[in-house]
Amino acid sequence: MPLHIETGEHKTLVKVSGEMTIYTAAELKLALTPLLYRQQALELDLSQVSEMDSAGLQLLLAAKKTAQQSGYPLHLIMHSHAVLDALELCQLTAFFGDPTLMPHADHG
Amino acid sequence: MSINLDQALQTYIAEARELLEEMESALLTLENDPDNSELIGAIFRAAHTIKGSAGLFGLQPIVSFTHIVEDLLDQVRNQQLAITTTLIKDLLESRDHIERLVRLVAEQGASLGDDEQALDSQLRLNLARHQTARQTGLPECTPSAGPEPVSKEEGHVSATSLWHISLRFGPDVLRNGMDPASFLRYLGTMGTLCAIETLHDALPDWEHFDPESCYLGYELDVDTQADKGALSDVFEFVRDDCRITILPPHSKLAEYIALIHDLPEDNDMLGQLLVKTGALTASELALGLQTQHDSPQTDSSKLGEILIAQGAVNEVVVDAALKKQHQNKENKTKEGRYVRVHADKLDDLINLVGELVVASSGASLLAQRSRDSQLQEANSTIAMLVEEIRDGALRLRMVPIGDTFNRFQRVVRDVSHELNKDIALVITGGDTELDKSVVEKIGDPLMHLVRNSMDHGIESAGQRLAAGKPARGTLTLNAYHDSGSIVIEIKDDGAGLNQAKILQKAQERGLVAANAVLTDQEIYQLIFEPGFSTAETITNLSGRGVGMDVVKRNIQALRGSVELDSKPGQGTRVQIRLPLTLAIIDGFLVRVSTTHYVIPLDMVIECVELTQSALADTQGRNYLNLRGEVLPFVRLQHYFDVEGARGRRENIVVVSHGGKKSGLVVDELLGEFQTVIKPLGKLFQRLQGISGSTILGGGEVALILDIPSLIQHAIDQELSQLSQYALPRQQTQPRVN
Repeated sequence: MPLHIETGEHKTLVKVSGEMTIYTAAELKLALTPLLYRQQALELDLSQVSEMDSAGLQLLLAAKKTAQQSGYPLHLIMHSHAVLDALELCQLTAFFGDPTLMPHADHG
Repeated sequence: MSINLDQALQTYIAEARELLEEMESALLTLENDPDNSELIGAIFRAAHTIKGSAGLFGLQPIVSFTHIVEDLLDQVRNQQLAITTTLIKDLLESRDHIERLVRLVAEQGASLGDDEQALDSQLRLNLARHQTARQTGLPECTPSAGPEPVSKEEGHVSATSLWHISLRFGPDVLRNGMDPASFLRYLGTMGTLCAIETLHDALPDWEHFDPESCYLGYELDVDTQADKGALSDVFEFVRDDCRITILPPHSKLAEYIALIHDLPEDNDMLGQLLVKTGALTASELALGLQTQHDSPQTDSSKLGEILIAQGAVNEVVVDAALKKQHQNKENKTKEGRYVRVHADKLDDLINLVGELVVASSGASLLAQRSRDSQLQEANSTIAMLVEEIRDGALRLRMVPIGDTFNRFQRVVRDVSHELNKDIALVITGGDTELDKSVVEKIGDPLMHLVRNSMDHGIESAGQRLAAGKPARGTLTLNAYHDSGSIVIEIKDDGAGLNQAKILQKAQERGLVAANAVLTDQEIYQLIFEPGFSTAETITNLSGRGVGMDVVKRNIQALRGSVELDSKPGQGTRVQIRLPLTLAIIDGFLVRVSTTHYVIPLDMVIECVELTQSALADTQGRNYLNLRGEVLPFVRLQHYFDVEGARGRRENIVVVSHGGKKSGLVVDELLGEFQTVIKPLGKLFQRLQGISGSTILGGGEVALILDIPSLIQHAIDQELSQLSQYALPRQQTQPRVN
């Protein structure tokens, strides 16, 4: 479950590839844990996320809340179609507060 | 859980298949009848059901594509979009794609390959071009009052038609393989999700957060025409794990009452009535009934009271249902109900019935010998019942050929477009029934013959007009029963078969001698030779000469025959004759020396005694004068080389096949006899003249004669004998069927 991590001075950029589902949720949580406690802004690049289910969504929700509590922002960027679908279905785009690209014409 | 899902999935696939077939034939009819709102409704509902059920199984590609089709159909339904040829074409192609998706995703559990993806995107583009309005995300939601005005009871004015659903998923939902999101999506297919609130307050802090447990809840408002049962069914698989509350909107009440009044009369109890109308779910009814049992009365009005007290249903609805029940005490309407049965079970049943027939015959035989009249009578009753069971069981396997014929509507349409010809398909005799296994195997040969007719038979519009014919060609498919066989005809009013060309081609290929004289039939039958084709151009449909001989072989494998008839300039008729061979047949038992044979009763015309004088008249040849007709006959004893002296009294059984009569000389006639065909072993498959065996009441084996092949073989034998004396100019004779 590859997480590509780039640490910078002011923020950490994490790129998630593959599924964010019940099958990978535990692994992802483990990998994200150190990143959430860096006392830095965190950016999750979701462009390579192929699939997202409720477990994946839940993970993002938990991460967002934790980040909010610690006082450092968590941003989701480059949402893939799968991520957009899931967020729209559950009407959570507003909660995360990140700008998303307009849905593509043939995205169903 | 997975076992249930698997069976349910199989049912879904079968149901989707049926719906897709209905969709296709409705679309084809709609093309010629574009204002038929019933058809449009039917097509819409088919797409809607396919999509909805697919959602339940999480078959996302099917849901997503069908959703677009359904959208389009909805617009057509609301008269926002007109039916055009292009639209029908795109819808037909989309329907094909859905069929492909069902096969790929549902049956094989695979995902779309690149080709399919490309096709998928292309079709979506095509469909999008027809769209007048785009759907983006959740639409503006105004509570709708429904398309028809619904008269409302006083005091029950509807405020809104939104359903409120409250969901709190249990912690194990994700672990059990369910995904809350899929339920939301599915609800979205049943109507419009007007409002969704995701509740995640139950999420603990990161340290204690178990990513595989579910802490989510949802508050939803749905605008849907679905009833409480349908909505409740959505959560069937998670009912035990979650807290679910469904609050129906008030305006639904008036619809409940209207529904009750519209129901056909029946004797259901009040409770079932309410469940049927959707006022209650079955579980609420069960609860109500349970409470009722605790108090001794069982009067139906009591049931109504209990239900109201528990708040499960409204008083108005109950009164209407009561009224309905009191009104209806008679007249049960029969609705067409179907039961899905596995084909193997049917075969097992028929096998058993066959054994039953044999056993019953054996018992009857013993009863007759016992001279106990009461026993004989009892056995006669049994025999009668057994016959009825037998007939009933066999009828189960018969299907009308109309279904197969109807599939050709699409073929004719597509191919005529491809060939740029105007061809209409006329179907008659669709009710004619034949055995299921035969139906399955006759499809391919029929397809080939139809394509041939369209490709080579019917001319282009221009050519037809020049020949004084109507520009539109007609292809007719017909079926009927004829003396124990089923006859399938494919007729066209095209150019007919060109005898001269066929003869020339045959002579070129050395099949026929240079100056041989052949009858019309013989010339036409040449077409069935392997590699034969007089087509000038080879299309991707036909013309390569690999078709007709395969067609003939397939038909012969079904123990059938095929004949051609043609008039130049007027058209061609192909006639396929198939036996109704079933597991059990009525036969005529005969004895030849020490062996018994069974002749299919359908083919027996009459029995004639072969008197000494008649025998003398034949002068040693194998035909006699039957009331002015020439009747050729075969001596079965000679034919089968049965040992024994020739019987003192001989009889001839006159049989008819394909319109021709022949005679079989036997010793003794033993009468009508029901029999189960036991197939011959593999060793004897190629035996000509015998189609099976059976066991007689006494335990002996009788052989069942295959009349067509027996006669043909006898003809062949004679021909080969004659050719020894033939004049040298005749070389090989083509086969006469």
